[in-house]
Amino acid sequence: MSINEKYELEKALEQITAIAKGYNLDFYDMYFEICPADILYTFGAYGMPTRFSHWSFGKAYHKMKTQYDYNLSRIYEMVINSDPCYAFLLEGNSLIQNKMVMAHVLAHCDFFKNNYYFQRTSRQMVESMSVAAQRIRQYEFAHGREKVESFLDSVISIQEHIDPYRDIGKNEPAIEKSESGGCCGGEGCGKGCGKDSCKDKGCEGGNCGHTHSEQESPYDDLWKLDHLGEGQESKDDTQKAKKFPKKPEKDLLLFIMEYGRDLEDWQRDIISIIREEMFYFWPQMQTKIMNEGWATYWHLRIMRDMDLTEEESLEFAKLHSGVIQSSKVRLNPYFLGLKLFEYIEKRWDEPGEEDRIKYGRPGGEGREKIFEIRELDNDISFLRNCLTEEFVEQEDIYLYKKVGYEWKIVEKDWQKVRDSLVASMVNSGFPYIVVQDGDYGKRGELYLHHAYEGAELDVYYLERTLPHVYKLWGRPVYLETVLDSKKVLFSYSGEKVSKKFV
Amino acid sequence: MSGRYTVSREDWSLHRKGEIDRQRHREKVKEAIKKNLADIVSEESIILSDGKKVIKVPIRSLDEFHFRFNHNKQQHGGQGDGESKVGDVLGSDSKKKAGKGPGQGQGAGEEPGVDYYEAEITIDELAEMIFEDLGLPNLKQKKKPELASESVEFRDVRKVGIQSNIDRKRTIFQALKRRAIEEGKQGLGKITREDLRFKTWEQVYKYESSAVVLAMMDTSGSMGPWEKYIARSFFFWMVRFLRTKYQNVKIVFLSHHVTAKETSEEEFFTKGASGGTRCSSVYELALKVIEERFNPEDYNIYGFHFSDGDNLSSDNEKCVRLVKDLLKVCNLIGYGEIEGPYYYSSTLKSAFKKIEEQNFTTVSIRDKSGVFPALKSFFNPDPLKTATGR
Repeated sequence: MSINEKYELEKALEQITAIAKGYNLDFYDMYFEICPADILYTFGAYGMPTRFSHWSFGKAYHKMKTQYDYNLSRIYEMVINSDPCYAFLLEGNSLIQNKMVMAHVLAHCDFFKNNYYFQRTSRQMVESMSVAAQRIRQYEFAHGREKVESFLDSVISIQEHIDPYRDIGKNEPAIEKSESGGCCGGEGCGKGCGKDSCKDKGCEGGNCGHTHSEQESPYDDLWKLDHLGEGQESKDDTQKAKKFPKKPEKDLLLFIMEYGRDLEDWQRDIISIIREEMFYFWPQMQTKIMNEGWATYWHLRIMRDMDLTEEESLEFAKLHSGVIQSSKVRLNPYFLGLKLFEYIEKRWDEPGEEDRIKYGRPGGEGREKIFEIRELDNDISFLRNCLTEEFVEQEDIYLYKKVGYEWKIVEKDWQKVRDSLVASMVNSGFPYIVVQDGDYGKRGELYLHHAYEGAELDVYYLERTLPHVYKLWGRPVYLETVLDSKKVLFSYSGEKVSKKFV
Repeated sequence: MSGRYTVSREDWSLHRKGEIDRQRHREKVKEAIKKNLADIVSEESIILSDGKKVIKVPIRSLDEFHFRFNHNKQQHGGQGDGESKVGDVLGSDSKKKAGKGPGQGQGAGEEPGVDYYEAEITIDELAEMIFEDLGLPNLKQKKKPELASESVEFRDVRKVGIQSNIDRKRTIFQALKRRAIEEGKQGLGKITREDLRFKTWEQVYKYESSAVVLAMMDTSGSMGPWEKYIARSFFFWMVRFLRTKYQNVKIVFLSHHVTAKETSEEEFFTKGASGGTRCSSVYELALKVIEERFNPEDYNIYGFHFSDGDNLSSDNEKCVRLVKDLLKVCNLIGYGEIEGPYYYSSTLKSAFKKIEEQNFTTVSIRDKSGVFPALKSFFNPDPLKTATGR
């Protein structure tokens, strides 16, 4: 980078920062680093410059780099949720590209700093990951690369199975110590609850004496949750076995780390490293649409306020339209997020009759509203609350599905579209799997349960993931799920995955 | 106060993490390919290529497995141009259906959003892996060795030499020994000038025996496209193998139906033919070629014959006799029988059961993955060890 270039960049940055602050964007101190393509793509593949070494990152890097080499795709920047905030710019970006990217990055940083879901993320993850990577490196020296690598393979295979809401309802031990556990507060504790207290209400089939049943609402089904699993309880009563874990445990990594019998310390450490890193990345997965939409919304506004020459404006317009290109087969988070933020802003700026009378919106509150949303929402609530009939039609959003050998559009009804999109984001799009029994058959075997909600698991993948779980747990493992509306139990005990209908 | 900024550009030239892990991934790809060589060896895309291409090999074992939803059974969101209707077709999987690889219908790269990993590998890299354990069996020193190459070999150790050629292991060993003798102590003391040992080289001349390979193929009418394809894949790799590993190997191509003739390499691989089958014709021709051009005193001679075994039964007797004659002058005769969809009660292979000579090998190939084991059993450099076919 020539001195002149650097000067130009700094000058632009001063302007951009001033405009951003003028819009009340609130970000950390920024470190912009210009780096060559192979480095930027490395960071992109690892998710963090300092992360540990693993072949799967090499694979991702190879793929991204090859696409770049063949000019198929290009990433312009990478930004890290840290304080101070690191942002990496691609060497060879033109000045106008860098201007857009910097504006984009500032908005990302504002989002990291202010969105609720990021409040618990560590802002020192750059350093933490670096230290963790060193530890893993040491384990490689001590125990051999192959051994560490294959252990990492196994941990990574279930890395998504953490409990991002672990802080809610904390302090309850996983093992029931005495019989006096005050379980079943009516919040869907389901099978995990062995208490009789909620059985005595004498209600059948969910039609119980709640007083609010005069007015039907789409949320009535929530009341049924109170009585979920009551049928099973009577069965459980006869056994009265001690549950382990007491409640189904969502955090597979934690459970295995704590109770895996044959794990060595270095192995537990690796599990804890992967788990911590997953906690760090989770909010980013949860807010992909909002985060990109927010950044896109703001780079657009900031760039409009800059003094651009005609030529620059044209280049910017091209760049921007490249970013927000929509696709028939996937929703572009940049585009969807941008449009939704603009739509909300407009709705609150110029409320329709219903909004004004029914909700008492005076108008002119658009900007305020989107700042509120960026603070409080994640993608699920963002879409569930803000995707309206008008918006779905305006943006022509639909659902498609495989029918025979063809991928066909199957749904355009806005509520179904909304609900399906929201459902696909639950648990960041990963299957919800819990440890049901950590001492299955009194043999210390691991019984996992997939909370089936209409979407089947990929059996080919399942059969190849289960052996990884077995490797970690050291004893036979089971996974219960549903295929073709029938309960299926997969199991693996070291030789072959077997499957039976239960 | 936050909101300050800096722009910098570090020197990243020593940052190698991505490259190192990429390398490791590459290694794993190679391992995976090695494990699947039998299937990859007879891929159409390779055999029918010009031999220079980069080929793509699907590798499922390097998928990053995790619990995930079945993509094919889910609904996905998409965005139209404003005129989409229920029932519009966005894409189709009908072209490339299931059936390839162990994935069986699960993976298909062209589905929206599904990642199906294909490794790219050059034919040369692949050849290197395939040829690793192959060699010409029973290679003997013949009268007329041809000078192949001149090279240096480190085969001597001396007390003086160039510092860079120091033999560390021997030097240390020497130091240990001396200390034990002189001082009676264990462990490493000082290394003296006396202890130093150097590796020293010598000029060597590498002689290689000349060899000739007779590639014999049945091109009769009963050899359908599939059978021909199998035979060709075998010869494709054989020719490549001989050319890469040996400098003095001549290859003679003989094809036959009722009569046999010598062909050019190109004709051998491309021309089809029809008619009945008389295998004895090609053996006669082979004997004639050997007699006229390749004296067994001077050459290591190998013959490989591929057929579907559907020989004129009256001819089988003669074949056995001729093969026995060939075995007297050849180091090895290999006969590969490609088992087609039809069952023949008396194939050439069953007639060959009478032959008990050690240097006669037969294999039968039932499907594409049989080509690699055939290569392995024919080119087993140490025939005493049993070939490690699958």
